[in-house]
Amino acid sequence: MSLDNLRIALQGLLANRLRSALTMLGILIGVGAVIVLVAVGNGSSIAVQSQIQGLGTNVLTVQTGGFGGFGGGGAGGGGRRNGTTSRSVTLTKADVTGLGNTTLVPDVKEVAPTVNASVTGTYDGTTYQPSQFVGTTANYAQIRNYEVASGSFFTDEDQAQHRKVVVLGTTVVSQLFGQGVNPIDRVVKFGSARFRVIGVFKPRGTNGVQDQDDIAMAPLAAVQDSLTGNSGTFQSITLEATSSKTTDAAQAEVLAVLGSNHKLSSAQASTTFRVLNQASLLQTSNASNRVFTVLLGAVAAISLLVGGIGVMNIMLVTVTERTREIGIRKAVGAKKGDILGQFLVEAVLLSLLGGVTGVVGGLIGSQFKIVGITPVVAPYSVGLAFGVAVLVGLFFGIYPANRAASMRPIDALRYE
Amino acid sequence: MTEEPRRLPTPVIVVHQVTKTYGMGDTEVHALAGVSLAIQRGDFVAIMGASGSGKSTLMNILGCLDLPSTGRYLLDGVDVQGLDETQLAEVRNRKIGFIFQSFNLIPRTSAIANVELPMVYAGVKKAERRERALLAMESVGLAKRLNHTPAELSGGQQQRVAVARAIATNPAMILADEPTGNLDSAASADVLDLFEALNAEGRTVVLITHENEVADRAKRVIRLRDGRILEDVRNQPLAPTAITA
Repeated sequence: MSLDNLRIALQGLLANRLRSALTMLGILIGVGAVIVLVAVGNGSSIAVQSQIQGLGTNVLTVQTGGFGGFGGGGAGGGGRRNGTTSRSVTLTKADVTGLGNTTLVPDVKEVAPTVNASVTGTYDGTTYQPSQFVGTTANYAQIRNYEVASGSFFTDEDQAQHRKVVVLGTTVVSQLFGQGVNPIDRVVKFGSARFRVIGVFKPRGTNGVQDQDDIAMAPLAAVQDSLTGNSGTFQSITLEATSSKTTDAAQAEVLAVLGSNHKLSSAQASTTFRVLNQASLLQTSNASNRVFTVLLGAVAAISLLVGGIGVMNIMLVTVTERTREIGIRKAVGAKKGDILGQFLVEAVLLSLLGGVTGVVGGLIGSQFKIVGITPVVAPYSVGLAFGVAVLVGLFFGIYPANRAASMRPIDALRYE
Repeated sequence: MTEEPRRLPTPVIVVHQVTKTYGMGDTEVHALAGVSLAIQRGDFVAIMGASGSGKSTLMNILGCLDLPSTGRYLLDGVDVQGLDETQLAEVRNRKIGFIFQSFNLIPRTSAIANVELPMVYAGVKKAERRERALLAMESVGLAKRLNHTPAELSGGQQQRVAVARAIATNPAMILADEPTGNLDSAASADVLDLFEALNAEGRTVVLITHENEVADRAKRVIRLRDGRILEDVRNQPLAPTAITA
């Protein structure tokens, strides 16, 4: 009987091809929209995650929470800020040494102090100011996952010898040298100092906020010598935790060391020093992306619901139109369950076919870039959308089917 | 009761003091006001009456499409009173072959599929179903119109498909409600010939009509007026050797 039900339901659908197709379209769009929109949300989430992971998930950056002390020579301002709790403090060599102490800070692997300079580079009459000019130690590139495309990064020896060498990002290279010039071993004047280019970074693109290729890096000693002045303070210290799982522990240890160095309570330390934790940044962005994805999915789910109402609507029309047929079937011996089954199968078949085409459409639609985001299909969304579509057909089919099944044959036969 | 039910064989239809009342209180209508009759196996009965005489109500009750308000109705020995909807559907399926004035074939469905329909609901296997439907279509002379839809058939042909559908399940009784009402005289004659042939094979035929020419072909004519039997006339003797359906 179930096979006969299926055959009868198929005949019913084929009898009104256009109407069936339009009803299916409602479900198709709903299912397709769920898949594509969840894929867009998922894709943007994955893109942001990979950007953050590109920065290194086990990287911590320590900065002073106050606003003073930047640009070198800002130490010892001594002024009080934020009431009494936060003195203007700066990161010092003692801090770098303290954070490098593996017994005090066992979860930190590498420590790289950095200073930033704002200087304009000049080469052969062309001038350009990189948005970042970083003076740091040789381990910084490795902590931050900067890779060198040609030439090499500076070494500890360059650092020790105070050599004026610089590694450039591709944006800086193209701005200063133009096309077709190999910048390696050429000398660029930054401020009044002459730096020799020893390497060019691999392009990293944008991280969503700034161009990561608009950068120049030079040994800390050389930058302090010639650009920022040797004040013994740093704008930030970049640290690498032993693994991405130990970043939270490392963060606590870092704050403890800094607090004791600057004679601050732990509460004062956590307001005075800002520790940027890439792992927690990743979590935050994951959470906000999940909200984004859920919202997109919800919008799509509403269209699926509307599609379901379309199924119900068309089934009600069908039942009314076929009242006489129902009467005939009942007269020749169809039981209530037979009629119920026939119309329920018809409704579910509509949503099932709509669901299948919707899945296909959604998967095809997810192959295209949408508003700059490459959608990544979430397998759960396919199963969910398809399952919900079938359930929607079942749910919205029950009422019309029941109405058909409850008709009295004597009334149904007389219906014109 | 004008004809005494015989002891043997059991009549196909026994109707005893059946009433049917519609509405309540002031608007109460007695469609049937106490009808008793018995129809033997192999008989060919015409039930006649003007509109409002209660013949449609009687037809609905005989066809198990409706239940009497009071009284008893036994179809092929089964008391219909007290059967639920599902059981009534089974009774209709197994014991009654319906033929309607407006043919009532399922539209956009082939003739053969229409004939198979009652057997689908009876749970007959596909191969057997097809075989029996083919036999029925042959016996109404439409073996060459199997895959035509009702819209592609003439009125007379449609009614013959309906007859094939009615006999395919081998029911205890063929119940025809104004079967020639929508047909021209030639097609009417064809269909009535078919009924006579079926009756000659031993099938019990009950037909409801208001046309005298139609009623004249029956062996027995029952006239209704105001929900009661007015007269019950036997025109031809009931065949002595009634074949059990």
